[in-house]
Amino acid sequence: MARIFIKGNVAIARGALDAGCKCYFGYPITPQNDIPEFMSRAMPEAGGEFVQAESEVAAANMLLGAAACGIRAMTSSSSPGMSLKQEAISYMAGSELPGVIVNMNRGGPGLGDIGPSQGDYFQAVKGGGHGDYRTLVLAPGTVQEAYDLTFLAFELAFAYRNPVLILGDAIIGQMQEPITPSKPLAVDPFEGGSWRLEGARQREARILKSLHLTDGALAGHNLKLQEKYKRAEKEVRFEEFMTDDASLIIVAYGSIGRIVKSTIRKLRKEGYKAGLIRPVTLYPFPSQILKSLAEQGKKFLTIEHNMGQMVEDVRLSICGLAHSAFHGQLPGNLPTPNDFEQPIINALRS
Amino acid sequence: MSIYNDAIIAGFGGQGVMLIGNLLAYAAMESGLNVTYIPVYGPEMRGGTANCTVVISNEDIGSPIIKNPLSLIALNRPSLDKFQPMVQDGGVVIVNSSLVDMELADTDRLRIVGVPANEIADSIGNTRMANMVALGAYTRATGIVGLEAVQKSLEHVISAHYSHLIPKNAEALAAGAQTVN
Repeated sequence: MARIFIKGNVAIARGALDAGCKCYFGYPITPQNDIPEFMSRAMPEAGGEFVQAESEVAAANMLLGAAACGIRAMTSSSSPGMSLKQEAISYMAGSELPGVIVNMNRGGPGLGDIGPSQGDYFQAVKGGGHGDYRTLVLAPGTVQEAYDLTFLAFELAFAYRNPVLILGDAIIGQMQEPITPSKPLAVDPFEGGSWRLEGARQREARILKSLHLTDGALAGHNLKLQEKYKRAEKEVRFEEFMTDDASLIIVAYGSIGRIVKSTIRKLRKEGYKAGLIRPVTLYPFPSQILKSLAEQGKKFLTIEHNMGQMVEDVRLSICGLAHSAFHGQLPGNLPTPNDFEQPIINALRS
Repeated sequence: MSIYNDAIIAGFGGQGVMLIGNLLAYAAMESGLNVTYIPVYGPEMRGGTANCTVVISNEDIGSPIIKNPLSLIALNRPSLDKFQPMVQDGGVVIVNSSLVDMELADTDRLRIVGVPANEIADSIGNTRMANMVALGAYTRATGIVGLEAVQKSLEHVISAHYSHLIPKNAEALAAGAQTVN
C-alpha cells in the first residue's frame, strides 16, 4: 500500500478506524484534538457513533457502556482529562471490559502546559485509578507505531478483556511522518459472544460488574485478574538499538526514545559505546532483556521527560546487578538530542 | 550512501512557513525518503515567529526536533536573529533579502544564499508566493530533493479549491531555484 503522510494523532485515529472501532467518545483537549476531529467524520461514515461528551468522566463511562455491548470503542484525552477518566478505567478493569484509551501526555501537574511530557508514566503504568489492577500500556515512538499499536490495542483489549492504554505525548501527536497503513479489519460489530450484554432472551442473564460482596468472591475475582495479568506478560515488546557492543544501555520510551537515538548515533562517531532499549510496552515492562543485559556487565542510564518514574521499573528489573543512573528532562522544556550528550558521556565515565 | 538533511523553516505567521515545510516533507516522501515534520508551537504562536522542523534521510530518523540544524530558511528578520546562531558551521541559510538586511547574515561561518523572495514572487504575480521562491532556492542549494519532486507535491498541500494556482506556485519554485548558482 502507498505511504501516506500524517500526524501521529491522525495515525492513532486511523489505526482505530482500520481496527474496526465503531464508537468514539471524547472531550476536547490539546494536544490530541486531531483525534476527535478525525473521528467526528470517520465514525458516522463507518456506520458507527461519534459523541462529544459533556465531560471526560462521561466519555470514559460511555466507553465502558459500549465495551459492555462487545463493541470496539475508544476514548482519548490528554493528561488533565486522563485524571478524570480513571474511575471508569478502574471499573472497566474490575468488570473485565475491553476498551482503548489514548493519553497524549502534556505537561503537568494540574493544567501544566500543552507541550510534551512523560509525567503520566506512573498514572498509566501503576494503575491510575483505585484497586489492584493493571492496564496494558503501549508507547509509540514513531507515527507508524502510533498507527500499528492502536491496531494492536484493540486486539489485546479483546484478547484479554481489559482496558489498553496508548501513551503518547505532544511530540508523537503533532509530528508528521509517512506511514504504510494496514488493510482494514473486517470485525464482527458485536464481539464477546460469551459475555457481552445483548438482551437475555432464552438464556441465563449475564452480569458485568466490579462489586463482589459475598464471602471470598472478591479474592477469587482478584486471583483471576492476577492470572490474566500474568498471561499478558508474553505481550512484552521493545526495540533494541546498538546494544551488542554497548557498555552503557540507555532506557528511554516514546518520543524520548527516538530523540536519544540521534544522540547515540552522534556519540558513536566519537567512539562512545552506548546502546538503547526502547520499551514499546510499558506494561508489561521489558524486564527480562534489561536483566540479561545487566548480567552481561553493562551499565544503565534511564532518560525520561520527567524527573524519574520509569527508572524505578528499570531498577526493579536489574535487581542491583548493574550501575543505574538517571537523567530527567524537565517537563516544560522541549527535548533535543543535544540535551542528552553530556548525561550519556557522564554515565559512561561513572 | 547516507542521505541526511534537516532544516528549520521560519517566518511571520501567515508567510506560509508550515505550508512549505509540509511541501518539502511530501517531496521527500515522494522521492522514497524518510521524513519527519514537526511544527513548533508554544509561546511563539502568539506573534513573533512561526517555525517548523523537517528532517530528511534515507535511513531511520531519530529526533524530529533539532537544536543545531544543517540548514535554515529565514523568511523574515526575527527568524534570522533567532535561528542563524543555531545553524551548524558551513550550513546553508536561505535569507529572504526582500525583508532582511543582508549585512546581518553570517557569511564567514555559513553558506548564505540571499534571495529577494518577495520581489521575485511579485514579478510572477503574487507576493504571497515568496515562501515558494525560498523553498525553490533551498532545494537547489541543498540538493536534498529535486525541484520536480517539490513541484509535483504541490497538489498535496494546495487544496482542490485553489488547484488553479499550482502552475504559478511551480513557477515560483523554479524561479527560486534559478537564483542559486
